[in-house]
Amino acid sequence: MNVVIMGCGRVGAQLAALLDEGGHKVAVLDTEPYSFRRLPSSFNGTALLGDGTDEDSLKKVGIEEADAFVAVTQGDNRNVMAAQIAKHVFNVPKVVCRIYDPLREELYHTLGLETISPTTIGAQMLRDKVIG
Amino acid sequence: MYIIVVGGGKVGYYLTLALLGEGHEVLVLEKDAKRCELIAEQLGSVCVRGDGCEARTLADVGTERADMFIAVTDEDEDNLVACQVAKHKFKVPRTIARINNPKNEALFKKLGIDVTVSSTNLILEHIEEEVPTHPLVHLLTLRGGALEIVEVRIPSNSSVVGKRMKEIVFPPESVICLMIGGRGAQVPTGDTILEAEAQVIAVTRPEAEGALRAALTE
Repeated sequence: MNVVIMGCGRVGAQLAALLDEGGHKVAVLDTEPYSFRRLPSSFNGTALLGDGTDEDSLKKVGIEEADAFVAVTQGDNRNVMAAQIAKHVFNVPKVVCRIYDPLREELYHTLGLETISPTTIGAQMLRDKVIG
Repeated sequence: MYIIVVGGGKVGYYLTLALLGEGHEVLVLEKDAKRCELIAEQLGSVCVRGDGCEARTLADVGTERADMFIAVTDEDEDNLVACQVAKHKFKVPRTIARINNPKNEALFKKLGIDVTVSSTNLILEHIEEEVPTHPLVHLLTLRGGALEIVEVRIPSNSSVVGKRMKEIVFPPESVICLMIGGRGAQVPTGDTILEAEAQVIAVTRPEAEGALRAALTE
């Protein structure tokens, strides 16, 4: 599969490494070159400097041929905007978007985006650990 | 009208001031505590500290009864999300987003924002209007961008000076609506004679702009 990941933080880099190990073609986009240090030295994919809310940067990173797009920057709104560009402008078949704010996550989920809120999931997992 | 303004920066501040002056009920949402205090000092209790993208904050300020929702922060993605939350969760009838990157104009429309205001484009257009040598000036882009209203000044050495409107071949879907010359503004007919240095206001398609300019100035 051809996957574009926006945001090379801990999650983005780890996801990129996992997919890369699985034999997928991965391209990672970040606005900060220092973030790419998180990618393992064995990483075979592409790392590109650019803003995922900018259509030209997305084209450069190969969004037009992508089968999937994942938005995992620190900013909920940036993720939401980039995911909507991928889905509605470039018609990427699979778009997944991380949204920390549970209420915003709920809204964009009802608007048809595939969303994950680590806040909701994390809190539930922690509760389960605490309650036992 | 009840109007919510997101972002209490310079644009938000002066917009709020103007809207209050027109007698509207206005509420500003601003994340920064200091900015909030300043707005409250200057404009009274119209500012609430909070994130205009958060549904809870929007519920607290009664967004469901807002007639208009205007997001004017300097981050395009924040303006987009704030307007989308207002529109889809609170059913605000009219959402307006400020756009900093002109490339986002089409995207925002596609994503359902009712009105976009591109500050960059506005400044560019005003600069064009102020540069007198510019042969063609954009006055207005009509909704959807398929048609626009432009102004062309007819140079005295143009071949159309002294000709009747009907003698000139204009590009398709370009119509001259007004000529402002020595005798004031007139709605031209086929027999109207084009004057040197007159300003001509025309409706045209963006792609025919070059041909229209050529027809009137060469």
